[in-house]
Amino acid sequence: MGAWAIAVHGGAGVDPNLPKERQEEAKRLLTRCLDIGISALRSNLSAIDVVELVVRELETDPLFNSGRGSALTENGKVEMEASIMDGPKRRCGAVSGLTTVKNPVSLARLVMEKSPHSYLAFSGAEEFAKKQGVEMVDNEYFITEDNVGMLKLAKEANSILFDYRIPAVGTCGASAAMDSPLQMNGLPISVYAPETVGCVVVDKQGRCAAATSTGGLMNKMSGRIGDSPLIGSGTYASELCGVSCTGEGEAIIRSTLAREVSAVMEYKRLKLHEAVDYVIKNKLDEGKAGLIAVSKDGEVACGFNTTGMFRGCATEDGFMEVGVW
Amino acid sequence: MGWAIAVHGGAGDIPLSLPPEKRLPREAALRRCLDVGIAALKAHNHPLDVVELVVRELENNPHFNAGKGSVLTTSGTVEMEACIMDGKTMKCGAVSGVSTVVNAISLARLVMDKTPHIYLAFDGAEAFAREQGLETVEMSHFITPENIERLKQAQEADRVQLDYTQPIQKEVPKDAALADGDSQIGTVGCVAVDSEGNLATATSTGGIVNKMVGRIGDTPIIGAGTYANHLCAVSATGRGEAIIRGTIARDVAAVMEFKGLSLKEAAAYAMDRVPRGNAGLIAVSSTGEVAMLFNTTGMFRACATEDGYSEFSIWDSPTE
Repeated sequence: MGAWAIAVHGGAGVDPNLPKERQEEAKRLLTRCLDIGISALRSNLSAIDVVELVVRELETDPLFNSGRGSALTENGKVEMEASIMDGPKRRCGAVSGLTTVKNPVSLARLVMEKSPHSYLAFSGAEEFAKKQGVEMVDNEYFITEDNVGMLKLAKEANSILFDYRIPAVGTCGASAAMDSPLQMNGLPISVYAPETVGCVVVDKQGRCAAATSTGGLMNKMSGRIGDSPLIGSGTYASELCGVSCTGEGEAIIRSTLAREVSAVMEYKRLKLHEAVDYVIKNKLDEGKAGLIAVSKDGEVACGFNTTGMFRGCATEDGFMEVGVW
Repeated sequence: MGWAIAVHGGAGDIPLSLPPEKRLPREAALRRCLDVGIAALKAHNHPLDVVELVVRELENNPHFNAGKGSVLTTSGTVEMEACIMDGKTMKCGAVSGVSTVVNAISLARLVMDKTPHIYLAFDGAEAFAREQGLETVEMSHFITPENIERLKQAQEADRVQLDYTQPIQKEVPKDAALADGDSQIGTVGCVAVDSEGNLATATSTGGIVNKMVGRIGDTPIIGAGTYANHLCAVSATGRGEAIIRGTIARDVAAVMEFKGLSLKEAAAYAMDRVPRGNAGLIAVSSTGEVAMLFNTTGMFRACATEDGYSEFSIWDSPTE
């Protein structure tokens, strides 16, 4: 019998000037989610159940960019996406373009288990949700005042904002975005995926699972899909490990980041920590991203090349850590 | 080293008894598309332009499951998806849920070139197409009588149909494959490399017959159905759900990089990860090699290299 391990994240790319109380708020949420996961693991829930449970908690809390509290599209609405993957048989499920489903990660799980497909999106996904009887709410439920303010700033700056959690006072958010103009796909747009959430778990039976959920980029084009619902990019789990990524979606997709960790473990025979370091160091080029990962042997690791990543991790032997920088 | 190009028109259980009236138009189309690609490479067009051009041709041909001739969703509608990737820059573009754009692959290219994003879908993709002035038509343009018939059969059988497949008794609906002697169309794709080692891949599809509205397959998922880097360019076809889980296209490149395998060895290695009857792929390497593999009964495919090699096949032995 192996040992369990769990990690959660609330996004890579944190404003260095983020007010202390926001940092504390984030750490409290991460701690709470870890506790939920740990408690579930101690009750012998399987890895796939635990990742879903924890990500549901993150979606329900308005703090990070998923479920309630999601970033807004250019039209001021919320379009959410999520994916989940079960290591043992590499079963997976993903959803995009959700506007009324309260917990996207749970719908992703239902796609995996109750549909003949792996990925459903937009009206088709919403139809499926209705048929499955999942909890549905008005789009307004997901929209927070903070985000409405951030969208306005983003439009003023005419860029995609990286950290929408900077208090919407005056133009400090917009000028922060403009002071450090970043390039993405060769175009002058500031791009960090603000606070996507995720969870990876290995249970006592050595089964790995991963799940990721997000509202995507602030001010994104309607219909834009990022890395979070893409198996191999934002989320991946195999017999060896479970991985969830966050950061510049386009960079994560190009580098198939989540799959990469597993691939170097498999093909270069690297251990988890080495694999995570290798991938972050060598596979992101100009891209900015972070990830959390667990291995079937009960290890947990995280890596990021951004300024900070909201994260927490814990292992069965009592280790527990929550961090921002 | 030199240029190389490969094209596919889908993998599946193409019956050996495929009647000539089904086989010949597809053969002719593939040959013509290959020639279009070869001419473009000889004229020193960038592989990205070459693969887009070739896939546009395949989309316009009603005998393949892409663009005109796309299979239908359970509602009788068309939802097309496509993906394109440049090996050197690793820029990519993808679209899903496209119903009125004549050439989905060109829309994917515009997403890559004209937006800060990689992937646009459904209404957002359609709106973007109009903004960009792409050719759009009524959805009926894409729907063919054969596909209306296929959908009817699939719905009568109440199963999700993978083109080309024979009936296999399986418990899990996801793995269930349907027989249909008439069902012989599949995803299309093209991979190309020029004599400077520039690589590109493009894949386009209507998906699977009777799919749920909103279902996305492997084609637009970077690393699953489509992938290119500095080592190789790959386009896969088959049961989307298996290709996604196996990250097939990415794996070919990964084992070349991490295990030092040759293109052909890498393609075989990646295909091993997919259960029999589920997939096929075409690939070219930066040094001008070509690989075309499948674990289904057949795969419509063709390839050519600068040193004069060319192949056209459906099943294991070349048809000439």
